Amino acid sequence: MLVEDLKHGLDAPICLTWELTFACNLACIHCLSSSGRRDPRELTTAEAMAVVDELHDLQVFYVNIGGGEPTIRPDFYDLIDYAVGRGVGVKFSTNGTTITPERARRLAGTDYVDVQVSIDGAMAATNDAVRGEGSYVAARRAMDNLAEAGFGPFKISVVMTRHNIPELDRFHELAEGYGAQLRLTRLRPSGRGADTWHQLHPTADQQIELFDWLVERPGVLTGDSFFHLSALGESLPGLNLCGAGRVVCLIDPVGNVYACPFVQHEEFLAGSVRDQGGFTSVWRESELFRSLRQPTSAGACASCGSYDACQGGCMAAKFFVGLPLDGPDPECVKGHGELALAAVGSVSPPRGPDHSTPVILRRRARD
Amino acid sequence: MSPDQPGPVDGSLGYQLDPQVALRPEPFGALAYHYGNRRLTFLRSPHLVSLVRDLDQHDNVDDALAASGIEPARWDSYRRALGSLAASEVIHAR
Repeated sequence: MLVEDLKHGLDAPICLTWELTFACNLACIHCLSSSGRRDPRELTTAEAMAVVDELHDLQVFYVNIGGGEPTIRPDFYDLIDYAVGRGVGVKFSTNGTTITPERARRLAGTDYVDVQVSIDGAMAATNDAVRGEGSYVAARRAMDNLAEAGFGPFKISVVMTRHNIPELDRFHELAEGYGAQLRLTRLRPSGRGADTWHQLHPTADQQIELFDWLVERPGVLTGDSFFHLSALGESLPGLNLCGAGRVVCLIDPVGNVYACPFVQHEEFLAGSVRDQGGFTSVWRESELFRSLRQPTSAGACASCGSYDACQGGCMAAKFFVGLPLDGPDPECVKGHGELALAAVGSVSPPRGPDHSTPVILRRRARD
Repeated sequence: MSPDQPGPVDGSLGYQLDPQVALRPEPFGALAYHYGNRRLTFLRSPHLVSLVRDLDQHDNVDDALAASGIEPARWDSYRRALGSLAASEVIHAR
């Protein structure tokens, strides 16, 4: 089985996410990295280019660039040109604010760059409730500009929530209208998502609705993120396993390497690209990644007939709601997660680093 | 996923690795990435990997198989494996 090979890990990741900055002009209430302010320790241009060199040597074919809002970095376009020049394709996620008509034309002229514009509602009201006032209009303007420039099939990326699942067909129509590809991913309780997950995550009925909708539309991309739904029946397209530290990892803006984008917490920190031996040593030799490549125990899920299908679900989802990693996913389709969550009670779950924009303190008028 | 399995390649034709494809060695064989269609394909046998790498050195697939050291009894399954690699544009006829 291919999946068995992959569980033991690859010599280099297939799918590497690289967040270039914590700076962001938005403050989405579910941001997985609690982004907002730039961190002064973020990788310099030279350091970032050295990472690209390593990825080239490792034959990492493409990298998913995100943030924060990556296009805010003044050297953003130099870095993606450098990566593409070294044979490392780039797919970057953006909220669209900076994708002007000129920018869109320039992107349309670059090979091996894919653009992914994020929205979290097919209508402004639904989207802006999560991503902030005006963010829907800005994202649609970016899509218009990309379409106008003849960029080709860009991606529209949506995190599925309780409020936008009723808009599934509208997202599909929106993508078709642009000749774009729709990409739906799972909400995790990571970053600021820890505060909002309980209100935003889909209901049990909505999960079934989403699964049925996806089964009928195999062309919709999912980043392999809904494998916990496989316990409902057939597998969705994809590897259907947790790839953390096996085929996936994250490099954060200061060079820290985590097992996946959704576990930015010291418990899942494997090392730094600034360490001796760089990213390559972290990927191949870190104790954390080695342990993630060992066979996992089904734990509390061992007696459930669906474990082979869902593999116990998502590590990040469990961790940030305070559930044990060898038990059910909080959104287990068999309902085991709800019971486990009830047992967690009021224990406060772990939190990752926070880069949210601080409250601006106004100087008090002298009396 | 698809019920339509691609057929085997014709052993009398010459094939080669698509110039837009990069092969990355892995313990189980190799990953093939096509920079044009952005598709990732798994080559799940080291024999298949060396066969694919050497295709352009031989006039046709059967010559490549003969030179590969793979037992003739297994050539059919390798022709089928090459057929599915051709369908995903990892290799193409010359």
